[in-house]
Amino acid sequence: MRQDSFPACALIAENLACRRGERLLFDDVSFALRSGEAIALTGRNGAGKSSLIAMLCGGLRFAGGSLRVEGGGDAPLAELCHLVGHRDGLKTALTATENLVFAQALLGDDALSAQDALAAVGLPHVAGLPVGYLSAGQRRRVALARLLVSARPFWLLDEPMAALDAAAQTMLTGLMRAHLASGGAILVATHGPLGLDGARELRIGA
Amino acid sequence: MTHDRSWSRAFLAIVKRDLALAARAGGGGELALVFFLTIVVLVPFALGPDLNLLSKIGPAILWLGALLSMLIGLDRLFQSDEEDGSLDLIRASALPLELAVLAKGLAHWLTTGLPLALAAPLLGLLVALPAQAMLPVAGTLLVGTPALTFVGAAGAALAAGLRRGGLIVPVLVAPLTVPVLIFGVSAANSAVGGTIPFLTPFLILCAISLAAIVVGTVAAAAALRQGD
Repeated sequence: MRQDSFPACALIAENLACRRGERLLFDDVSFALRSGEAIALTGRNGAGKSSLIAMLCGGLRFAGGSLRVEGGGDAPLAELCHLVGHRDGLKTALTATENLVFAQALLGDDALSAQDALAAVGLPHVAGLPVGYLSAGQRRRVALARLLVSARPFWLLDEPMAALDAAAQTMLTGLMRAHLASGGAILVATHGPLGLDGARELRIGA
Repeated sequence: MTHDRSWSRAFLAIVKRDLALAARAGGGGELALVFFLTIVVLVPFALGPDLNLLSKIGPAILWLGALLSMLIGLDRLFQSDEEDGSLDLIRASALPLELAVLAKGLAHWLTTGLPLALAAPLLGLLVALPAQAMLPVAGTLLVGTPALTFVGAAGAALAAGLRRGGLIVPVLVAPLTVPVLIFGVSAANSAVGGTIPFLTPFLILCAISLAAIVVGTVAAAAALRQGD
């Protein structure tokens, strides 16, 4: 079963700046993401939402500012985060189960088994199919199932609702609520409503 | 929190996944082997029916063929993981990036270098390789191909972010493989005849491989960290 609650921890970002090539995407972005909180990251296309998320999980260097984690032991931030972005991190030649078993072995902190996680996202019947055969929405759901196979306090989601049907959006909202209730924290880059009460909005870019 | 166990679990997971991918996607391994076969088959046609000449340059042909076959698939080593986001997943693991590179290199060698070395004696027949040279040629390929994998891994890591890396990796890597080629061929030739004992170039080849595994791994991990 999932671990009941995460120890209190907080992700504190101060005056982050991001530069891609010669262009300054954003600067002076500050926020604190604490246990049980959700932040909706908004902004126009190209404002740097995905870049901010890439910075948080270590895929992109900062042009300025600082980032620290309070609580959560001595693990670096990248090892406390789950990332589900536009690139879904799935191998098309492997089955959904194989992808999830691999993610679990790689990320550690085992929570649900691959089968249970697929059932939780409503895809128990595709477990044995190569991911390449799945539709865009189904693939997104398999990627979201990764959040459940390994328990990590911070979820960084980049447009998680894209390609999901109405039922799957409700399912995702439910997963996010459960994660917040167990002491996790979520940062979601989004254009639409999330259905989460008390989610703060962080708007970047002009 | 025991690092050792979670590290070895993640390490084995990467090796296992890459082996499964190589077996399933029909890429990498077999393609290199078929390419190797093609090169070795073509050379006798180009040289004509001079068996003495063929058997004299046989080891060199086999080594060149193996080298080129290793290089053609290398650009996909990290590029495919970068494109589908698997590299982000690997970065999010507690496993140090160096060990992740080592795991991927190991899987690459098992699916490319090892089959090439095992196939070499068989293909040696096509270039009239003398019987006593079969084992030495396979042996030099066995210990020399890890160097090609890990020198190549450093090049592949540099090109991981390029959308159309294509030929840049072989062009980048080929000059760095010259020492491997020199000592590999010279060890294989010394088994057929000549004045140097087999072990002298063979041990240097082993040393090059060991050094390449260390340096290539660290260099590739550094290149992946710079990835923007």
